[in-house]
Amino acid sequence: MTEFTPLASLFGGVLIGISATVLMRGVGRIAGISGITGGLLVRQPRYEAAWRIAFILGLLGAAILATALPLSMGFLSANLPLTVHIESPWWIIVVAGLLVGYGTRLGSGCTSGHGVCGIGRLSGRSIVATMGFMAVAALTVFISKFVTGGI
Amino acid sequence: MKAVIYALFAGALFGFGLVVSGMANPAKVIGFLDVTGDWDPSLALVMGGALVVTIPAFRRFKRMSHCATGDAMQIPNNTVIDRPLLLGAVYFGIGWGLIGLCPGPALVGLVTLQPESILFVVSMLFGMVLFQYKDALKP
Repeated sequence: MTEFTPLASLFGGVLIGISATVLMRGVGRIAGISGITGGLLVRQPRYEAAWRIAFILGLLGAAILATALPLSMGFLSANLPLTVHIESPWWIIVVAGLLVGYGTRLGSGCTSGHGVCGIGRLSGRSIVATMGFMAVAALTVFISKFVTGGI
Repeated sequence: MKAVIYALFAGALFGFGLVVSGMANPAKVIGFLDVTGDWDPSLALVMGGALVVTIPAFRRFKRMSHCATGDAMQIPNNTVIDRPLLLGAVYFGIGWGLIGLCPGPALVGLVTLQPESILFVVSMLFGMVLFQYKDALKP
């Protein structure tokens, strides 16, 4: 039910690509959100924790900025201000969260680590993982449409 | 210190990119995954835009051994397509399809302070912790 926003999405994608490039060039690490976050849930040497926390603070800071500032950038504001539309019952949210958290750690990556960085370095593992979770996610949406009577 | 500044900047670019691209809104992600419905191809362009940058960048990085701070570049070298990779992708795919949130957009959503966003992130973090201790939990 959402509008196709080709230019804003392409531009946002380029920013994400630059982000992954900056993190590898600057810190020598893959910009995978599940790996960065998951790494904070175990004991880490100070340096490891520091850059991870800095990355997440930057992420949240930019998100706050993008919601708070009255940004008007023509076609680039197509998805502004930030809206997060979730209608599912609470227990579906909990189950989905658990699966995303557990699954991304088990599979060593999510949309950023496998999708943006892994495919970026033409890794066979990441290409297989990305095709896998995209297909499973599309199938999940298809099935839940039947269950909730969306067809 | 230098690494922290790079990380902060990279995080900000990532967060801004997620919001501008529309990917921070799970409805837009579901719009992409719902291939039989009113399809919104935006996510494909986000991926495309990112890969246009990362493919040439990583090709260069593979020939470099050190990053700007002098530390080794940690580029994964595992090439084995194993059970955890596939099983992880299946679990993640189901969770992603249920709500339309993957880890990055989930964290970004926290700034809205919506109870749904917070509940998702708390559950996701719990799932990650569960993975860390899964061997300890085995009987």
